[in-house]
Amino acid sequence: MTRPHTPHPTPHTPDCTPEETRVWQALKSVNDPELPAVSILDMGIVRHVSVQHNHARVTITPTFSGCPALETIRADIKTTITQLGFTTDVITSLTPAWTSDWISPEGHKKLADAGISPPEPAQTNPLVQLAFTAARCPRCASFDTEVKNTFGATLCKSLHYCHACKEPFEAFKPL
Amino acid sequence: MSGMNTPSNAVPALSPELRTALIHKLTALADDELILAHRNSEWTGHAPILEEDIALANIAQDELGHASLWYDLRTQLDGSNPDELTFFRDANAYRNAPLLELPRGDWAFTMTRQYLFDQYEYVYLNALTQSTYQPVADVAMKILKEERFHLQHTQVWVKRLALGTTESTRRMQHALNDLWAYAQQLFTPLQHETTLINASIVPDLPQVHQQWLTYVTNHLTTCQLTPPDTTPPNETRYTHTPHLTDLLNTMQSVARNDPQGNW
Repeated sequence: MTRPHTPHPTPHTPDCTPEETRVWQALKSVNDPELPAVSILDMGIVRHVSVQHNHARVTITPTFSGCPALETIRADIKTTITQLGFTTDVITSLTPAWTSDWISPEGHKKLADAGISPPEPAQTNPLVQLAFTAARCPRCASFDTEVKNTFGATLCKSLHYCHACKEPFEAFKPL
Repeated sequence: MSGMNTPSNAVPALSPELRTALIHKLTALADDELILAHRNSEWTGHAPILEEDIALANIAQDELGHASLWYDLRTQLDGSNPDELTFFRDANAYRNAPLLELPRGDWAFTMTRQYLFDQYEYVYLNALTQSTYQPVADVAMKILKEERFHLQHTQVWVKRLALGTTESTRRMQHALNDLWAYAQQLFTPLQHETTLINASIVPDLPQVHQQWLTYVTNHLTTCQLTPPDTTPPNETRYTHTPHLTDLLNTMQSVARNDPQGNW
């Protein structure tokens, strides 16, 4: 299923100031504490960066609204950017709502390398109910898998089993 | 949970009447989620199987996140502190529907309540995405995307139990008999809600009630369950059952023991 793709928030566009580019670069080192392999830029959580008069303002958007990692992410951003010598504000924006389609191709690769099957394209209309499509096993690449639980160890993951390699694995939920 | 989701956009202007009515409505929306989250969290470590223990804990955490989003919108309007509202209000100041405060009962009861509420959230939030008050529309869209996973899950459980064994069918019909009248109260307007409906900030209730009835009765029919004839319960969002006091005694005990505690 294709969906009209909401553009991924673009890091350091050509009109970024040198200060803003430094902030974007530094944000590459901030990881999602529940998915340590993946940076918050890979996750598409950072929506906007502006720096004015030595004050950095970073706008982020939550993935799942009950996700406890958000507080840690905010604190980590603040620490990281303050180390660049800027005063820092982290602002949360809900709109447009985050979608797993914003996870970058690099993010997909890192998730798979960490044993988590990357998300399928999200559904355009949240009212349409479709069954989970078979997730690809991150170990052996087989699609001969089944959902064991639509809820997993964190809000963003479901639990699956691979019939080909006989191993359980996690998948990132399409949101 | 305070300040978790401070949106970047400015708060739209409202007349004093609309502002008061909206604060009231946001409280009810948040309290519904909070109280249900607590009831679901009571299953942690006690659910019938490990997968369901995880699922219920996830659902509880989601509902808590949703409560936080609604409380934060209220904070924008009156500067209230969500932690204060959660831990230092007594039962008579809570505005949740009594449906959500009823003790968790057995697995059939928990699944039936969650299903009836998930289906309500589905139709209600969908209508709420059209709110003329943009922050409400934004939060509704955010929550709706996550609720899909709940409804998928509870629909299947209702069916599995209703068409399972004689015992599971009996328990499901029993749960439905107990819950049905309480579920209808989700569609009873709050004081001053008409002001918000007239301003298209929230949807008109008869229409969403009808949509809900269509979805729910279709599914219950498939599951061979029969909604009972009922009279409205005595308790309301303003009076509550004694169960809410019991719940709050547990939920608030730690915070009230050390009001200055830092979490």
